[in-house]
Amino acid sequence: MLRFFLSTLLLMLSLAAPSMAQSDPTSLFNALGKADFKQAEDVIGQLAASADPRIVPALQAFGEGDLYVRKADGAVFIAKPAGADLALIDPVTGASAGEAPKSAVTKIKVNNTLRRAIRSALGGLTLLSPDRAVRLAAAQAVLQSPSAENLELVEAALAAETDKQVKARMEEARAVSVLASDRSVEEKRASIATVASLGGREAIGILMSVSANLDAGLKPDVDAAIAGIESKLLFWDMGQNIWYGLSLGSVLLLAAIGLAITFGVMGIINMAHGEMVMIGAYSTFMVQQVIRSHYPDLFDWSLAIALPVAFLVTGAVGLVIERGVIRFLYGRPLETLLATWGISLILQQTIRTIFGPTNQEVGNPSWMSGSFALGGLTITWNRLWIVLFSLTIFFALLALMKRSAFGLQMRAVTQNRRMASSMGIRTPWVDAFTFALGSGIAGIAGVALSQIDNVSPNLGQAYIIDSFMVVVFGGVGNLWGTFVGALSLGVLNKFLEPSVGAVLGKILVLVLIILFIQKRPRGLFALKGRAIEA
Amino acid sequence: MITGFLLRALEGKIIIAAAILVAIGLLVPALNLLMPPESALHIPTYIVSLLGKYLCYALLALALDLVWGYCGILSLGHGAFFALGGYAMGMYLMRQVGSRGVYGDPILPDFMVFLNWKELPWFWHGMDMFPLAMAMVLIVPGLLAFVFGWFAFRSRVNGVYLSIITQAMTYALLLAFFRNDMGFGGNNGLTDYKEIIGFNVQADGTRAVLFALSAIFLALCLIIASGIVRSKFGKVLVGVRDAESRVRFLGYRVENIKLFTFVVSAMMAGIAGALYVPQVGIINPGEFAPANSIEVVVWTAVGGRGTLIGPIIGAILVNVGKSYFTGAFPDLWLFALGGLFIFVTLFLPKGIVGTVQQYLARRKDFARAADSDGARTDVKTEPAPAAAE
Repeated sequence: MLRFFLSTLLLMLSLAAPSMAQSDPTSLFNALGKADFKQAEDVIGQLAASADPRIVPALQAFGEGDLYVRKADGAVFIAKPAGADLALIDPVTGASAGEAPKSAVTKIKVNNTLRRAIRSALGGLTLLSPDRAVRLAAAQAVLQSPSAENLELVEAALAAETDKQVKARMEEARAVSVLASDRSVEEKRASIATVASLGGREAIGILMSVSANLDAGLKPDVDAAIAGIESKLLFWDMGQNIWYGLSLGSVLLLAAIGLAITFGVMGIINMAHGEMVMIGAYSTFMVQQVIRSHYPDLFDWSLAIALPVAFLVTGAVGLVIERGVIRFLYGRPLETLLATWGISLILQQTIRTIFGPTNQEVGNPSWMSGSFALGGLTITWNRLWIVLFSLTIFFALLALMKRSAFGLQMRAVTQNRRMASSMGIRTPWVDAFTFALGSGIAGIAGVALSQIDNVSPNLGQAYIIDSFMVVVFGGVGNLWGTFVGALSLGVLNKFLEPSVGAVLGKILVLVLIILFIQKRPRGLFALKGRAIEA
Repeated sequence: MITGFLLRALEGKIIIAAAILVAIGLLVPALNLLMPPESALHIPTYIVSLLGKYLCYALLALALDLVWGYCGILSLGHGAFFALGGYAMGMYLMRQVGSRGVYGDPILPDFMVFLNWKELPWFWHGMDMFPLAMAMVLIVPGLLAFVFGWFAFRSRVNGVYLSIITQAMTYALLLAFFRNDMGFGGNNGLTDYKEIIGFNVQADGTRAVLFALSAIFLALCLIIASGIVRSKFGKVLVGVRDAESRVRFLGYRVENIKLFTFVVSAMMAGIAGALYVPQVGIINPGEFAPANSIEVVVWTAVGGRGTLIGPIIGAILVNVGKSYFTGAFPDLWLFALGGLFIFVTLFLPKGIVGTVQQYLARRKDFARAADSDGARTDVKTEPAPAAAE
C-alpha cells in the first residue's frame, strides 16, 4: 500500500515537472537535456512507451554516452566525433544537423541505473523489428532485465510473432515481465512455472530478484521453483564433474598406459617415461611444422600423420635406451630408477638445446576445436576425442597383450624368464621390443597431450608422478588396474576440486593413495601369487 | 653400554674422518676470520657459505645412506625431511626479524601482513624461542617419518612401492607448501632473515660459526651412524637389507628396526636442513621438489652406498661439480649430471668408495694368497674384509 502511494506520488511529481508533459519523441529527448538522473529514467520509460522504432539509435547513443545537449537552445542531438568537432545528428529522424565545436555542447551524463533502463527500453522497442535476429536478441534482453513497462510491448510482439524459436523466447520474456508487473496472482504463478522451465542459474537469479516484490502467497511457488532448478543444476553439475573426471582420467590413462608396460609388466622404474611423452609431443610439433610449410591443405590430417611418426620416433629412442642402458640392469629395479632419471635429464636438456626452453605452438585441427552441448553439459571436441582415443589405445594394447604371439611371448618372459628362454623365445629381443612398445605408446600419448597442454621440455615432468601413482594405485602388472586406477583417480580429483580447490584436492588424492597403498600394498588389482620377495 | 657404543663407533677410519671434519670445521673459519683478505690463504666468506652448504648436503646424503645403504629403504622423499627441518629454522629466523621487516609488524612476518592476516597461526607460536625451534627441527621430520614409517613398514610396503609413496609424500608437501594459506610464505618461502640468537646472519663471524657447526654436526652424525651400523642392531639392519624375510623368520620385528632407522635418518636430514637455511638465507617449497630428493640419491650412489664416508664424498664431489658446471657451462650441467647417473649405475654400482674398498680388499687377498703358498682353502674360510665397512 505504502509502495503504491509512493509511486503515485512520484508519478504526480514527474507529471508536474513542466518539460515532462510532452509526449512526442523530439520534445522528450530535449527534456533529457535538463533532467537529472531520476527524471531521465522517467523520460526513458515514456520514450519506451511511445513504441516508436525511430528512437532506437538515439537510445543506444544515450547508453554509450553519445547524446549531447546544445547549449544555445537546449536541443538534444546524437554526436559523433568529426575531426576536432562533433557531427550532430537529430535523435528522432536521424538527419544530419551540421557540426558543432565541442565547447558548444554538453554531454548528457548517464549512470548504471539509466543504462539498465535504456537496455530494457531498447529490448521492448526492438521486439517489433522485422529482423528475426534482432527480435530474438530483444527478447533475450527483456529476459535479462525484466521490467513491468515492457509487458504490453512483449505481449503485442508475442501476438504478432510467427517464428517458433523467437516465440518461445518471448514467452519466457513475457513471464519474466509479468513477475515484475502487478498482474494477478494466477498469472504470476503460471509465469513462475515458465521461468522455472527455463532452468539454469539465470532463472534462479530472475526469480530471486523478483521474489522480493511478490505477494506472500507466491513465496512457496518461487521457493519450490528455485529448489527445483537447483536440484536439476546439481544433477547436471554432477554430470559435468563426472565428465571432467573422465576426461582427466583419460589423460592420466594415456600418460600412464606406456608406463603400465615398462614399469608394470617389465618392472623397470622408467623415470624417462615422461620424456617419451614429451618427445611424442615434439614429434607432433615437427610434423605440423613440415605440413604448415609444405602441405598446408593437409593440416587437418596432421595428428593422424603425427601418430605413427611419434610412435616410431619414441619407440626407436626406447629401443636405444633399452639396448644401451637398461639391459644391464635387469633385476635391480631401484637402479633402473637412477639410470632412467639420468636419461630423462639428458633427453630434457637435449630438447631444450634444440628447441629452446619456451613453449612450442601446436595447432588444433578444425575437428578438435569447439564444443557442443548435451543437455546441461558442455562437451569440448578435443576432450571427447582424447577420451575416445585413450580408450582405443587401451583396448588395442589389451588385445595385443592377450591375443597376439608377441603379447604371449612378452607375458611369458616377464613371468618366467628362464623357462621362456628354454622354450626358444629370444628373451633379449622381447625385452627390447616390449620397452620400445611402452615408449612408443608414451609417444602416442604425447601426440594427444600436445593438444591440451603446453609443449615444452618440462611437459613430461608434469605427468611422471601422476603416471606412477596411477600404475601403483591400479596394481602393477595389470592393464585393467591402470584403466580403473586412472579413471577413478580422475573422477575423484574432479569431485574434490569444487569443495576444497584444485591444489588441496590433488594433495588429498596423493594422501589417499599413500593410505591406500598401506591397505593394499600391491594396488587395486594385485597379481595373485605365492612368491615372496627375498 | 654407551662407552661400548662409542668405542665401536670410533673404530678405524671413522675416527680419522670425524677428526678431519672437525679440523676443517675449525681451520676454514680461522682462515676466513684471522687471515687478512689479501693473503693467499684467506678464504672469502662466500666460499665459506658455499662449503657450509656442501656439508649440509653431505649430512643429508649420510642420512639417506643410513636408510638406503644399510636398511635397503630407498627413500625418494628425504628432501622433505630436509626441507621441514629448514622450515623450522626458517620460522625461528622469521620471528627474529621482528619489527625490522618491510611492514614493521613486531609479531607477524612480512608475508602474513601482506596477506592481511591479523594474528599468528597456532603453529607459529613459540617459534621465536630458540630451544623450542631447535626441538622442532628434530621433532617435525622425526614425527612425519614415524607416522609415515609406522603405516608403511607395518603393512610391509617395500621396494619400489615404498620409493614411490615417499615420492608422493614429498610431492604432496611441495603442493601444500606452495599454498599461501598454509602459513609458510607460499611460493616465496621464508627469507630476509636478520639475526640468529642475537648475531647478524650476514656477518662473517656468524657464517664462520655456522660452517663450523655444520662440520661438527656432520662429524657427530657420522659417529652416531657408525655406532648404529657397528652395533648388534646394525648387523640386524644389514640383515633386513639383504634378506628381510629371513630376519623376520628369525624372530626380529623388522618393522620396528626399519622404523627406528627411518626416524633417526629423518632427524639427521632435519638437522641438515636447519643448518642449511641460515647459510643460504632462504627456504622455499622448491626444496620439496621430488627431483631434489632423487639428486640426493645420486650423491649417495656416486660416493658409495653402504659405506659411511661414501655419501659425504659423493655429495661434496657432485656439488662441487655442479657449482663449476652451472657457472662455466650452464647448458651442459644436466648432460653431465644425467651422464653421471648412468655411468655410476652401470659401471660403479658400489660407488667411488665402495669400488676403492673392493680394489684394496682384492689386493690384500692376493698378497695373502701369495704368502701362504697353495694354502688357498684358508683364505677362503677367512671372512672377507670387503664385507666390513
